[in-house]
Amino acid sequence: MANEAITASSTPAGGEFLTFTLGAEEYGMDILKVQEIRGYDAVTAIANTPAFIKGVINLRGIIVPIVDLRIKFNLGKIDYDQFTVVIILNLGSRVVGVVVDSVSDVLTLTPEQIKAAPTLSTSLDTRYIIGLGTVEQRMLILVDIEKLMTSRDMELMEEIAI
Amino acid sequence: MSFDLSQFYQVFFEETAEHLSNMERLLLGLDITNPSMDDLNAIFRAAHSIKGGAGTFGFNDMIEITHVLETLLDQLRKQERSLTNEMVNAFLEAGDAIAMQLAGHRDSTEVDLEVVKSARATLERLSSTQVEPQREIQPEPPKTQPEPAVKPKSKKAAKTETAKPVEEAYGFFDAERADPEELGYGFFDDDPSAAIQEKEIEIDDNKAGYGFFEETPVEKSVRENSQGFGFFQEPKPVANSDPAPASATITSAPTQAATTLVAEQAHPTRRVADKTPPPPTGDSSIRVSIEKVDQLINLVGELVITQAMLTQSASELDPAVVERLQNGLSQLERNTRDIQESVMAVRMLPISFVFSRFPRVVRDMATKLNKQIELKTLGEGTELDKGLIEKIADPLTHLIRNSLDHGIEMPEKRIAAGKSPTGTITLNAFHQGGNIVIEVADDGGGLSRSRILNKAKERGMNVSDDMPDSAVWMLIYEAGFSTAEVVTDVSGRGVGMDVVKRNIAELGGRVEIDSAEGFGTRTTIRLPLTLAILDGLSVSVGGQTFIAPLGSIVESLQVNIDDLKSVSGEGHLLRVRGEYLPLISLHEVFNIKNAVTDFTKGIVVIIETERKKIALMVDELLGQHQVVIKSLESNFRKVSGISGATIMGDGKVALILDVAALSVQHTHHSN
Repeated sequence: MANEAITASSTPAGGEFLTFTLGAEEYGMDILKVQEIRGYDAVTAIANTPAFIKGVINLRGIIVPIVDLRIKFNLGKIDYDQFTVVIILNLGSRVVGVVVDSVSDVLTLTPEQIKAAPTLSTSLDTRYIIGLGTVEQRMLILVDIEKLMTSRDMELMEEIAI
Repeated sequence: MSFDLSQFYQVFFEETAEHLSNMERLLLGLDITNPSMDDLNAIFRAAHSIKGGAGTFGFNDMIEITHVLETLLDQLRKQERSLTNEMVNAFLEAGDAIAMQLAGHRDSTEVDLEVVKSARATLERLSSTQVEPQREIQPEPPKTQPEPAVKPKSKKAAKTETAKPVEEAYGFFDAERADPEELGYGFFDDDPSAAIQEKEIEIDDNKAGYGFFEETPVEKSVRENSQGFGFFQEPKPVANSDPAPASATITSAPTQAATTLVAEQAHPTRRVADKTPPPPTGDSSIRVSIEKVDQLINLVGELVITQAMLTQSASELDPAVVERLQNGLSQLERNTRDIQESVMAVRMLPISFVFSRFPRVVRDMATKLNKQIELKTLGEGTELDKGLIEKIADPLTHLIRNSLDHGIEMPEKRIAAGKSPTGTITLNAFHQGGNIVIEVADDGGGLSRSRILNKAKERGMNVSDDMPDSAVWMLIYEAGFSTAEVVTDVSGRGVGMDVVKRNIAELGGRVEIDSAEGFGTRTTIRLPLTLAILDGLSVSVGGQTFIAPLGSIVESLQVNIDDLKSVSGEGHLLRVRGEYLPLISLHEVFNIKNAVTDFTKGIVVIIETERKKIALMVDELLGQHQVVIKSLESNFRKVSGISGATIMGDGKVALILDVAALSVQHTHHSN
């Protein structure tokens, strides 16, 4: 794979991405951050937290917080059924789950397929977007999921940790 | 082939710390006029082991001081000199200096060279009087110094001479080895199956490569031997090397000579003791990192949860059909409970780990304050969680210092009061119910009710003269509260007791004081047995389950509408047997919908935290459980009003209420 474009730090590197949908939009995240994919089940709500923090689940003995990205980004219809998918992420020392509408596939993108994202005013800050990936007619919004989940916006961590 | 010793540093640090505390304990127990030979020998051995270890790792500063220490001890041991109190002080001082050096090597903390120097000078002065043969030891420290630097080289040289032993020194990583495991364990254990001589040789060489504990004394004894004075305590490796004179290149010949010297005073150290076939007093323990134990505890916690889940699903089946399954499950339940208990016991340590540091504290401070104080410890074998052991040490130190400084009076005053001039501080630990109780009692002057009340009024605290004693005593736990007339470097700033209260509360424990003026004070600390498991009452609010720590629950009751009062139209109060308690609805605190809002339809749980009682309204009580506490913070963050989470039998997460925070939150609101 020719990847001479990696040299510039602003140019995102290619790699394998897990694609998922939120409403009508298609997103991608670095596959290496994904620990597993499971259904949405038995979430214990936690009081006085933002609406997008659904609560915590028991993942084989570990208490894992669950974040609904659809609520966070105001996308899609918020309902929970047997098709609702939770992507469990392993971010360094932390394990976090995110709720998405569906998971599609794993795609390998070359650096040329990734374009820098234009500055937009959306609920998803451009800081957390690696770039826009193009696969045939589809456009993937590539999210820097680690940066996003550890950001102050997500309120998943103590203030000091940021 | 470079051999990295640093991986053994940790072992050395731990062992040295152990030797030091051993030494201190023995020193404090010594009868000055008639010291027991066994104790002196044991102290000497501890010092010698430290020196040996320090030599192996090249910690020259430690060698220097232990060497001087050893010199004086040796003179005492050989009864060339008689023990004086000054010597004991000097030994203790030296022990502190070594501990400081140790900390310096381990944590790179500052080492106060002045202290080391003075400790060394005192020891040198004490040991360098007329006794002739010992004088030649004096110039030795500089001689010892270059030794460790050279040693690794010489060791390697010895190995490379005979190419085979080098390989063998690393032998138990070698796949080609016929029985690598056996060799791997070889240096802890005598291998009975090693009949072939060559194999024995291999084991021995393994020892040379790894067994620095064995090797050092041997090498050292070789060195010391050649200088005309050899004492060391490990005859075992020598015996082992006997059948292999050819491969044990340098060591073999001198060790033969050394054996004769050792014979009468051979007190094998622990590791060596493990090797002797029938270990006489062998300490058959292993060092395991705490993470491994915690992981085990976590896994067992999982097992308990899984077992509860299985039991629950099986209970929904027709008992006639699944009788055998049910039987198996109840067997499983018993087994898991046993496993859980055994695993939890691994983390349990006797409280003597904490108590053992206090004789020194008492001795030093009593001398400083010119008081005569005796420390009694009871129930040292009482076991509690390692986590608690670490956190209880600080509060106990404060309590003891307090007793020393304020509790016990000066000897004259005691005699005037008709008491023995020697005051007694008693440390006692025992189990009571699901708690561990630690008492610190003194037979000193006791607390003065009037003085505390006056001081409290001075500070503008809200007190009245007819407060019950127990409430008055608790005043001394307020931050900055001290009745001491003068602030000394021992106590009097009013910080200590506040620390005690905080630390104990953090551990989920309680403090109580009993005191009688003129007769003494007793402080009682009650702690849960472990930090990992909690006895809890599960309650439900709007379909959600919460766990309230059982220890803080006083009672639960149904509200009678007549007992419900309100203040300024909002804030609810509940009258319980003449007491007005703030009534908090859990569903309001946690914004839970679908909860019972009618006070008379719900259930009220009375919770007591640090002298404060609150009434907590919930929908219903579910049951009592032992729950494994899980941290919310490891993947998430702290949530106010919640102290942690646990996993229920059905696999769901339940949150554990932080009752102390809830009551504080309430007062915060009402303020």
